Amino acid sequence: MVSGPMIATLKEAVVRRRGRIILGPVDLTLPGEGFTLVLGPNGAGKTTLLKVLHGVERLSEGSATWSLPGPEAQAAQAYVFQTPIMLRRSVAQNLAYPLELVRTPRAEIETRVVEWAARIGLSDALDRPAPRLSGGEKQKLALARALIRRPRVLFLDEPCANLDGRSTREIEALLHAAHTSGTRIIMTTHNLGQARRLATDLILLLNGKVHDQGPAPVFYAQPNTPETKAFLQGDIVE
Amino acid sequence: MTRMFALIALLWGAAAQADEMKLAVTTSFHNSGLSEVLLPAIKADTGLDVQLLVVGTGQALRLGEAGDVDAILVHSRAAEEAFVEAGFGTHRREIMYNDFVLIGPAADPAGIANAETAAAALALIAEAKPAFVSRGDDSGTHKMELSLWSTAGLEPAGFDGWYSEVGAGMGAALNTAAGLNAYIMSDRASWLNFGNKADLALLFSGDPALFNQYAYLPVNPERHAHVKAGAAATLEGWLTSGRAAELITTYKIAGEPLFTFNAKPAE
Amino acid sequence: MTDIWAGLTSAFWLIVTLDPDLVEITLRSLQVSLTALIIACCIALPFGTWLAVRRFRYRRATIAVLNALMGLPPVVVGLIVYLMLSRSGPFGVLGLLFTPTAMIIAQVIIITPLIASITHQAMRELWAEYHDLLISLNTPKHQRIKTLLWDGRRTLLTAALAGFGRAIGEVGAIMVVGGNIDHATRVLTTAIALETGKGDFALALGLGFVLIALALVVNFAIHALSRTEREGTW
Repeated sequence: MVSGPMIATLKEAVVRRRGRIILGPVDLTLPGEGFTLVLGPNGAGKTTLLKVLHGVERLSEGSATWSLPGPEAQAAQAYVFQTPIMLRRSVAQNLAYPLELVRTPRAEIETRVVEWAARIGLSDALDRPAPRLSGGEKQKLALARALIRRPRVLFLDEPCANLDGRSTREIEALLHAAHTSGTRIIMTTHNLGQARRLATDLILLLNGKVHDQGPAPVFYAQPNTPETKAFLQGDIVE
Repeated sequence: MTRMFALIALLWGAAAQADEMKLAVTTSFHNSGLSEVLLPAIKADTGLDVQLLVVGTGQALRLGEAGDVDAILVHSRAAEEAFVEAGFGTHRREIMYNDFVLIGPAADPAGIANAETAAAALALIAEAKPAFVSRGDDSGTHKMELSLWSTAGLEPAGFDGWYSEVGAGMGAALNTAAGLNAYIMSDRASWLNFGNKADLALLFSGDPALFNQYAYLPVNPERHAHVKAGAAATLEGWLTSGRAAELITTYKIAGEPLFTFNAKPAE
Repeated sequence: MTDIWAGLTSAFWLIVTLDPDLVEITLRSLQVSLTALIIACCIALPFGTWLAVRRFRYRRATIAVLNALMGLPPVVVGLIVYLMLSRSGPFGVLGLLFTPTAMIIAQVIIITPLIASITHQAMRELWAEYHDLLISLNTPKHQRIKTLLWDGRRTLLTAALAGFGRAIGEVGAIMVVGGNIDHATRVLTTAIALETGKGDFALALGLGFVLIALALVVNFAIHALSRTEREGTW
């Protein structure tokens, strides 16, 4: 099943909306492992970059390819949205849904659902309607639902933006655990502290272009450009 | 003797086809309530299940033309003759008649109660211009009304707001007349059976011009091969038999007889 | 006012004595309208959902036409179906005119646009909600429709009940194609029309109250069966 690292390559990728370029041109190669944090001010194109990589946003120019063929690559990815999308079903049914799509046998679905519910602390809420959960619980559920299929690459778009400290901590712990067990994670965030806590490498987007990138220690210790330095300090960068 | 043979032939024919047929009848016939008496007797005597479609005369003729029914029973001589002439019906057989009457507010503002003829009564109404409801639906009743206006030398198209064409069946038209406290021409049977008389009363009747003849027309099987000509013939035989004569003549509403049987034996 | 009271009394006695004519026409009303409902739902529910998720060139026009069809006057539908099924018409050989089947056909034509339109509206909202997630999960098209139909089932139930209401109370079309034949195609609504025409308001109202009671019973039964209140907000 494992057939080499999943490398993503963007070549001269451009996304235009209503005539304006919101992302690009971008030339980027993402290695098959690591915990990458994508930083940048609002409107820099972080969400668009993620969506292009995941294949749910169409490119106006250029190409976005994975080192695996299309359907295989698609099946090995998962995405968590900033505002969690809950199916109008119970917690257990939400968790089971991605597995039902690929016709996983009943027994295995049940085992994995129980296991993941425990990991996110919702064991006694299996039959509760998912839309009725709190914000933090919903996001944890979304994360568990994303991880339940054991994806090789996980995208997250500012997952903790609307959550309180406790939920943020719980999610970060889950992400850390996922990364340790081999999931490659690409995430955007506004929270510089979070970036510091989690990233193995970072990308800085400004005005739709990749302004800077590099491994975490280097990125923080010796920023390449004045904008990077300013941004990491918390200044407003345009 | 011929009567006996006819009856035997009838029952013989009936035994051979204990089936059903569709008969389109007019609302005024149905409203009289006579069908409730006749249908069970027809079933008992001939085994025929006559399915009644109660529609306006125009629609009945249309159904006959299209071959959607096996026979029709209507009361509009000119239209019937045209129907047979055009080949839609095989022939026209008179069965019975009742009469039309003029209904109006009990106070009779137009003073038609003492008119000499129906046409004269209508002329009085045209002069006094009280509310008047017309069927306006090209039915036998409507055509009778128009012919009376014509006899009186009047043209309904030129009437003002006092003349209302409702484009509906007898019952609905009577309802409207009751609501408006208006004059209306109705067949006697529908009037006697009508449940919502309000302030209306029967004001004028008896003019031979108000004669309302019902005729039975079988749909032409040469035009529509699927039509149940045998059943239609059986029904015609029954409707012109002594048994039918008895039932029709003795049918009364509130003690008043309604119809006069006038079917002639077949030639 | 006395007429309305007379109507209520009439309805009461008809029901309590289980008047055989009443039972017959009530059962026939249910038979015709429920059959029409089931057939209409089989067409309208998937179609409305499909319309919500699929993007194609004439989508807006199709939706506009669908919504306009909701305003089809039933008696016009009846007339057209009559002309189709008439012996002189294209499908006359089937001999369907003046049968309950013809009435079912007419009612299916009348209520399908209504159900499809409500379905489409509800599914559109649900699709907007689920869109990103289902695309991300790479859900195949038929699975998307199944998921939307299942999760949106409460609104679909409303759509179906709206269709049922329209069908059970309909009189224009079934009068024309059914012929209101006693013991063959007479139902509650056509019987009411008949009695009204005869001026027998008490009986007509009585039958009307029976019809209303019937519609209420069906609605309550469906809601009870689907436990709409107990299971929560959606």
